[in-house]
Formats: sequence, structure tokens, C-alpha cells
Amino acid sequence: MKLHEYQAKDILGKSGITVPSGQLVTAADQATKATQIINGPPWVVKAQIHAGGRGKGGGIRLVQYPYEVVTATESLLGNKLVTPQTGPDGIVVNQVLIEEGIEIDREYYLSMVVDRSTGCPTMIFSPAGGMEIEETAATSSELILKEHIDPTAGWMVHNARNLIYSLDPPLPVGAIRPLMSVMGSVYKIFMTLDCTLVEINPLAVTKDRKVYALDAKINIDDNALYRHKELLQLDDTREKDPLEQMAEKYHLNYIRLEGNIGAMVNGAGLAMATMDMIKMAGAKPANFLDVGGGASEDMITKGVEIILKDRRVKAIMINIFGGILRCDVLARGVVAAARKTGIRVPLIVRMEGTNVEEGRAILRDSELKFFVARDLAEAATLVAKQVS
Amino acid sequence: MSILVDEHTRVVVQGITGREGTFHTQRMLDYGTVVAAGVTPGKGGNQVEGVPVFNTVKQAVRQAGVNASCIFVPPPFAADAIIEAASAGLDLIVCITEGIPVLDMVKVAGFLRNRKTVLIGPNCPGIISPGKTKVGIMPGPIHTPGPMAVISRSGTLTYEVVDQLTRIGLGQSTCIGIGGDPIIGTTFIDHLKRFKQDTETKGVVMIGEIGGTAEEEAADYIRDTFDKPVIAFIAGQTAPPGRRMGHAGAIISGGEGMANHKIKALQAAGITVAMDLGTLGKTVQEVMEKG
Repeated sequence: MKLHEYQAKDILGKSGITVPSGQLVTAADQATKATQIINGPPWVVKAQIHAGGRGKGGGIRLVQYPYEVVTATESLLGNKLVTPQTGPDGIVVNQVLIEEGIEIDREYYLSMVVDRSTGCPTMIFSPAGGMEIEETAATSSELILKEHIDPTAGWMVHNARNLIYSLDPPLPVGAIRPLMSVMGSVYKIFMTLDCTLVEINPLAVTKDRKVYALDAKINIDDNALYRHKELLQLDDTREKDPLEQMAEKYHLNYIRLEGNIGAMVNGAGLAMATMDMIKMAGAKPANFLDVGGGASEDMITKGVEIILKDRRVKAIMINIFGGILRCDVLARGVVAAARKTGIRVPLIVRMEGTNVEEGRAILRDSELKFFVARDLAEAATLVAKQVS
Repeated sequence: MSILVDEHTRVVVQGITGREGTFHTQRMLDYGTVVAAGVTPGKGGNQVEGVPVFNTVKQAVRQAGVNASCIFVPPPFAADAIIEAASAGLDLIVCITEGIPVLDMVKVAGFLRNRKTVLIGPNCPGIISPGKTKVGIMPGPIHTPGPMAVISRSGTLTYEVVDQLTRIGLGQSTCIGIGGDPIIGTTFIDHLKRFKQDTETKGVVMIGEIGGTAEEEAADYIRDTFDKPVIAFIAGQTAPPGRRMGHAGAIISGGEGMANHKIKALQAAGITVAMDLGTLGKTVQEVMEKG
């Protein structure tokens, strides 16, 4: 689950990290009042969407006059913002954060993630603040400092020292203590809220040696949400694809993509491999859909329905390797879906494994038109034929 | 031979009275696995499919002599179950559970460091040495004994590959699903080291996917020290960045984990990468015939 910047800053602020004072507005007429409460000029007007790269897309505006705060807010609210991370369609801006402008002396990057190779929470710190960390990694990886935290010892102050005293040029002396405290707080937030990411970028040091979190990102581990009920209300579902939301309700793992061949598969790895096969056959997958190891007939039916709701879909490829999910259960689900929604596109079914003969018989006897493929290679060829 | 599990493996099923636990206990018994005990706290003294149930893993070790565990307990209790099994001194733990919080696995990984217990998974189908035993949920009948090792981050994709191998006449020594989570107990290299020592294993099929750098690390290891043929397949060439593709660990993030990068690293290490899943079995056969 991704949090918005203003939500993340609220959490940071409560943990003692200094953030600029700010006000969230959802209508342009609230903007004037915000300028009366918040220190300025200058002010910063920031679109609140989950995607990064907002600066490049014009979603962050630095302004000098109260009327500019209003016009910037007006131009953002209700409009789509396109950034390098939103895709060409962009995302509608529903909320805007108005903040005091902070005069920056130096900028840094600070984040915490779990390092997959070592299995340790890891703090990443860099003097290349304000840049995307991916960019820094690609162009000047020597600027990225990492500190693995031993999970049995937990956070130790020397972890902060290892990072801070590796800086060249060094951090201004007056900023060392405040930064150590920020780092400790970031670790604490990361561990107590089951985060997969806490990122402060830029982390600014001012002339008077205060340390500010100017931007913040927090992602929460979905698998741990059951023990953070208080965070559930922070989930802003307005940016989610409606079909993906519907799939979530039925415990189906569905991700909408750009192509026109729908795919339904059991198992995530096989689903990805099936998407790749569709592409190799010269077509493009319309979605990722993993119905899981133990899908019921009803879940299969819902899966087909969701795929068909995407009007771009020109054909569907169903690829099931029956283990726990039996082929006869699959076949009944597909037939039920076809009866219910009416098949408007060709359905290519490839199945193998448990009860495969019963499954094939159910499809055959349904008097509905399916293309039944003997193996994967044949299925791919059939898909290619449908789009050529 | 085979690695990690064989006919002498004595399994305790943790979470045996649950729906999944009971179902797969039956399937494992059908395959010939020695399921010597089950554990469900509070249900000690009962039986499931003729298997005695205990309240703790320690009791199962003492009274039923088990040396391996297969875990089906729900995500909130899975870390506890793994650490309980390791504390009881089991050699091998297979954790099937999907959806364990990452920070729980951080704790588990920390606990297992410097201990002898081998953890497979979580979020995996388990391990099978065909004809001897299976500890997990994979369909038994598609497997057949033979010279190929299979190591995979996936479940059904592995069944697909194993099925192709069996049909083409290439049996398997041991097949391991290492799991689709970001933090897993053992990774490609851990098992490659074991297969290197296993005289029955003549070649390895490695099935990777997007996310992380485990395949790249394995490529380095294979280039430097592994002397048997390896055929690899990587799923997720069409996966968009920033989205989790079903498996918690299958995500391209921070410019890391892309399929193309993995494929290039494997090829640069002299490993054959099958691009077409439909003909993967054939590709394996060609490589093995060349020797």
C-alpha cells in the first residue's frame, strides 16, 4: 500500500522529524486560506498522487504570491498529471499540498528498504539529494552509501555514524546530531509500521543547520496490514484501476496491461511466462491474471468476466497446469462464464494435469466454441492467428 | 542419489489439521512420503489420516523421530512455526505458506544464520526427489527419477517444465521450488552447491523470474565454479516496472530485477537460456546430448 506525501509527512512529523508546515486542500477556494496560515512566500504547491517524477511532470510549483498559489492549485486539481512514472494516460489529481518554501543549503537522499540478498533492513544515504536514486545508481554509484542493520541488534547509533562520516565533503557539524536523530526515527517507523520503503528525498539541510524532510514516500507491506488496521483508512483507492479493484474483491491477482490478448493462468510464474509467450507470438498481453493454486469454479467465472470487461481484449488465452486446481473445475468455470457473459472473442484453452480428460470433455460437450490447444506451442500459434 | 530429501526423510506437517495441511498430508502419504507426525497446538493426541498429532514440534521430534517439516500454517503464525522447527533441531524446513510479512522473514533469516537448518521457501511448492519422497504440494505423477535437477522460484511454471522433461524422457534427481518471496531461506546458489556434489545429477534447469538479483548472482557462481550444464528460463519479460506480478518478490524496482538483465548475465556466463517455454524441454535435451 502506497501512502501519499502528506500522509507520510504526517507520520514523520509525529516521530520528531522536521517537515515543512503545510496544508492539504481539495478545492481551489481553500488555497487562499492556506496561504494565510502557512509561512511564505515562497510557497510550494504539490500534487498528491502515488506516482513519482512529479517535478518533471509539472506537479510541483514554487510560487511567490498568494494568487499564484490559487492558480497553481486550480490548474492541478481535477486534472490529469502525466509524469515519467504514470504512463501516458496520467493520473487525476484529487488533492494538493501547500507548503512553506524552505531555503536549502544542501540536499541529501535517505531511505530504508529490506535488502533481498542479505535479508537485512538497510539504510541508503547519498549526497545526491533530489535525484532519483535509480539515476544516481546508474551514473555515479560511488555516491550511494549503504548500511545493513543486524536484525538481532536493531538500530545502533554507530549505524548513523558509518553513513554520516563517509560523506565527502563532510556534513556541516551542526547538522550531525539532527541527522542522526532523523535516521533513528526512519528506522523506527520502518520497523513499527511494517514498511517496504521509507524514503526522504530530498532531505534538506538549511543554513541554520536544521534538517527537513522536503519530500517523503512510505510504502506498507500489504501482507502485514492485518496488524495495522489504523493504516487502512490511509488507502486512497481512487488511483486504482477499477478492474483491478474488482479482482481484488474476488481474491484474484489481476494487473491490467496495454495489449489486446487476455490471459488467465494459475500461478504467478506461469502467468508471466504465458504473457511472454503471447508477446513472442506477435501479440500483446492485455493483463496478468493469476487465479491461484486452489481457485474455485466461481473464481474462474469471475476471472473471465473481468478480462472481458476490458473492451480492448480481442482474444483470451487460458493456460492452466492443473495440480491442486483440477482441469474439470476450470472447464466448468469457463463454460459458466461463457454462458453468463456470452463470448464475444475467441477463447483459446490449453490445459494439462489433474483431470485433464474430464476438463476437455466438458468444453467439448458445452457446444460453445473453444479452441483447445494440445500444448503451449500450439496455444501460442492459435493466439497469433487470432490477431493476424 | 538426490539432495536434501530421500526415502529416509521423516516429515512433520505443521498445521496438519487445517484444510490445506490435511489435503496435502494425504497426497504426500499417497506418494510414499513418510509423514511421521503432525503438529497443531491444542490438537495433540488426535490423528489425521492415521498420522499422530502433537502440540509442539519438540514433542514430534522426541516421540516420532522427525527430521524435516512441511509448514502450512497461516501467514501471521508462520514465522513462529519456522523458528519453532529450527529450534527443535530439524535438518530441513519447507514452508509452503504465502503472504508472510517481510519483516517477519527478516527475523527468521536472522535466526537461521549460523544454524544448520535448511529452509526452503516460504511461498513455494516444496521439494521432491522423484520415486523417493516429496515434501510439498507439487503433483507427484508428473515427476520421474532421472539425471536433471530443477531449481525454481515458481510453482506451476515448475510443473510445466518438469512435465516437459518427463515427456521427453529426462527424469529428475531432485526438484526444488525455492519460493517467490523477496526473502527466502535458500537461493539458487545454495542448491547449486549441493547439486555439484550429487553424482546422480547431470544437469540443472534453473527457472527464474523478475525481481531481485538472485539469477545474476547464480550466473557468477556457475561461471566460476559449476561444471555441469545449466539451462535457464526467466519469466516476466513483458512485466511492467513497479508492479508486483503475483509473487511478492516478482517486482522490478529501482532499476533492478529486469528479465533482460538476468538473461544477459546468464548468457554472458555461458548458460543456455531458453526463450520459448513451449520448447524448453527440447532445448534441455539438446544441451544434455551435447554433454
